[in-house]
Amino acid sequence: MRSYLARRLLLLVPVLVGVSVVVFLVLHLSPGDPAEIMLGSQATQEDLQRLRRELGLTEPLHVQYLRWVSHVARGDLGRSLWMKRPVLDEVLNRYKATLVLTASGLLLSTLGGIALGVASAVRPHSLLDRASAVTSLFGASMPVFWLGIVLMVIFSLWLGWLPASGMWAPYGGGDLRDLLAHLVLPAVTLAAASLTIIARLTRSTMLDILSQDYIRTARAKGLVEGRVVFRHGLKNALIPIVTVVGVQAGYLLGGAVLTETVFAWPGVGLLMVQGILARDFPLVQGCVLVIALTFVLINLAVDLLYAYLDPRIQYE
Amino acid sequence: MSRRWARNQLALLALIVLAGVVLAAILAPHLPLADPDTVDTVNRLRPVLSPGHPLGTDEFGRDLLSRLVWGARVSLLAGAATAAAAMLIGVVLGVWSGYYSGWPETVIMRLTDILMAFPYILLAIAIVAGLGPGLRNAMIAIAIVGFPIYTRLVRGIVLSVRGREFVEAARALGSTDRLILIRHIVPQLLSPVIVAFSLDVGAKILATAGLSFLGLGTQPPTADWGSMLATGRQFVILSPHVVLLPGLAIFVIVLALNLVGDALRDFLDPRT
Repeated sequence: MRSYLARRLLLLVPVLVGVSVVVFLVLHLSPGDPAEIMLGSQATQEDLQRLRRELGLTEPLHVQYLRWVSHVARGDLGRSLWMKRPVLDEVLNRYKATLVLTASGLLLSTLGGIALGVASAVRPHSLLDRASAVTSLFGASMPVFWLGIVLMVIFSLWLGWLPASGMWAPYGGGDLRDLLAHLVLPAVTLAAASLTIIARLTRSTMLDILSQDYIRTARAKGLVEGRVVFRHGLKNALIPIVTVVGVQAGYLLGGAVLTETVFAWPGVGLLMVQGILARDFPLVQGCVLVIALTFVLINLAVDLLYAYLDPRIQYE
Repeated sequence: MSRRWARNQLALLALIVLAGVVLAAILAPHLPLADPDTVDTVNRLRPVLSPGHPLGTDEFGRDLLSRLVWGARVSLLAGAATAAAAMLIGVVLGVWSGYYSGWPETVIMRLTDILMAFPYILLAIAIVAGLGPGLRNAMIAIAIVGFPIYTRLVRGIVLSVRGREFVEAARALGSTDRLILIRHIVPQLLSPVIVAFSLDVGAKILATAGLSFLGLGTQPPTADWGSMLATGRQFVILSPHVVLLPGLAIFVIVLALNLVGDALRDFLDPRT
């Protein structure tokens, strides 16, 4: 296991290099000139040339990349052109909000999805199973931002039960209750599509497993049904479920950009969209890098979880 | 049996809805609709079933029915074109990396690994950030982000077919690589790729609408369903229909595409 962990960490290096090259190239091959954006259209040619030299934009691309990576490795993501502050501080500031939202979404979709999937598998073709099939079809077809707006219209505007946007109440908030009240709608919005996918996968895997011989043996031994389903069934169904949960974590990180925009949730996604519209390249670069790194680490965690869940996996 | 029949009925209904929307989108210039861009501030935010405006008007008094139909042209075309571009790139690279081993295979597969190391929509947003907001750039971004799925699918099939007896036999008879690819390998790809494509168009419509919603896709005054949702959002308290209708349009069309795609899969690829 230890050597597997070391090898898996080593494999992270080419992925990280690839991710950094893509993030760097995407914004450096773009048609806009950062010097012109920073100084505005009134700047003289001399000023532009001087700033380009100062920013290192006149050097060859690979030199620029290496310098950028060495800065990133030391935690220096540059300064935001729009906010005039270090990008890292700003991104980390917002990162907590994104983590809270994504983690809640993941928790909700995983627990809800597994519960729904198991319930559907235990009673296939029941009313609940059919309702879950229809919901999953709807979930896969519904734009996440539209679902957010619909929920907001119903629960905030019409019923007035939950706050419509933001993470904290402007006055008098700040405690856990306030946070949870603000979190419900964005988390449900974000989790909906993933929940249906996890539920369908759990159902099909569980149906497969519940028809196996050892389950019949367990029942024949006289085990109570709950123990058969959860201890013998669900535990063996967890490997494919963990895989799809890992993939969904990535979708949730991406979906968080849209959800944060709908609910004005002060996370990295919202910051990134604001950065793009303000043509603030260092800020966008920082946001993309942080989200992509999180995604890579989630994938690593999923791989390690396999070894824990299924001791037969030796990773030789 | 009865369940299968019900599913087929549902797929048929989806196909009819889809055909209706596509037909309306193609015939939009010839339909008796108001101009989608004509501003009429006196009649702004009219509710559904107002005289002269069956689906009401938006914040500038523009006819919503007309904007939805014209928006369908943009949304459907963007979805189909990006899925087609992603499929084309993906299939070519997948065949290449599956049939010829060596450095092109390594380069192509590492490239797909790296692209798949990003959350889908995030990479599309990053590419649009580089290229600049706009529908064309959003479509390029989504096509780039979308091709690795096809590459992996196709490469897997080509790898398994490459060693089969009929390919060996063709090679022994002196067929060239080109002939083997065209006559023996590409036909094996048709049904899985068609199924993947039919399910992908809906996903691409959702992705383009998402980028437009963020202000990174279609730019005003052109209407597409995502940008209509984004601009209408500010008026959601006064007139929820301005937001609910374009969202419903996206939902219905993607649902129809998914149902038709599922039926197509049952028909073409019964093993899955």
